[in-house]
Amino acid sequence: MIYLEHYLFLAAIIFTIGVLGIFLNKKNVIIILMSIELILLSVNINLISFSVFLNDISGQIFAMLTLTVAAAEAAIGLAILVVFYRNLGSIEVSKINKLKG
Amino acid sequence: MYLYSITFYVFSLVAVLSALMVISARNPVHSVLFLILSFVNASGLFVLLGAEFLAMILVVVYVGAVAVLFLFVVMMLDINFVKLREGFLQYLPFGALLGIVLIIELGILFLTRSFSENSLSKFVESPVMNDVENTKLIGQVLYTDYFYLFQISGLILLVAMVGSITLTLRDRGQVKRQNISQQNYTNANDSIEKKKVKLGEGI
Repeated sequence: MIYLEHYLFLAAIIFTIGVLGIFLNKKNVIIILMSIELILLSVNINLISFSVFLNDISGQIFAMLTLTVAAAEAAIGLAILVVFYRNLGSIEVSKINKLKG
Repeated sequence: MYLYSITFYVFSLVAVLSALMVISARNPVHSVLFLILSFVNASGLFVLLGAEFLAMILVVVYVGAVAVLFLFVVMMLDINFVKLREGFLQYLPFGALLGIVLIIELGILFLTRSFSENSLSKFVESPVMNDVENTKLIGQVLYTDYFYLFQISGLILLVAMVGSITLTLRDRGQVKRQNISQQNYTNANDSIEKKKVKLGEGI
């Protein structure tokens, strides 16, 4: 029998994988953006499973809002990435230091 | 009930494994494809939970838009990805330690039965989910109780669209464009010149 805890633990595993992805791929911005998507996916799993097990639809509305913000974030992030690549010819995170005062 | 459990474990296993492959694949194109696989499996889990509308939205938005955007950017930029993977193994032991600690802590939090159904009080202010189907229920709530949130999310998308266009738009100097005010201010005297042409000669 599958309870709420199973879904929460699955979300926890995916969240951890996302955090690890940010941590391990320190140089590649694309993988970091994908890891953020994974983290947001785990948040969505949490919201939806709570919504279903509490028998309250509000969680699914919040999940939709998370989805919207995630899509906006991906679009902006990739636009910044393209501009950055055009200016520097590389996407290494360690080279993003032009704003250093 | 066994079928439900087996389906849950299959979907979640594939989702977790493909999430692992996202962060460890050598080729970023493979990473994006594994991201798609992970999202599709998560949407299968949402169907299993009974949130069909969100599952379909997840497939449409993520697989249809975001992942394709990622794929487009990965393929458009000409990057030496091998060089970007330097330092992966260097951080692996510490990263694994961090991950194990995090997963144990979250596991303790979630698996202590503090979230079992009896211990959670139910707040049912919005309509009860068993009565009507999922999509209808979301529609009933989204345009009434959460109308401002709905509008704000539309605004967020608009701002994101304008922002990404402004960021990536590049003004090339030599492109010829229509200048409407200049076009409207021209008159016949500027543009037409009368010349007397003698017979048998040219201009």
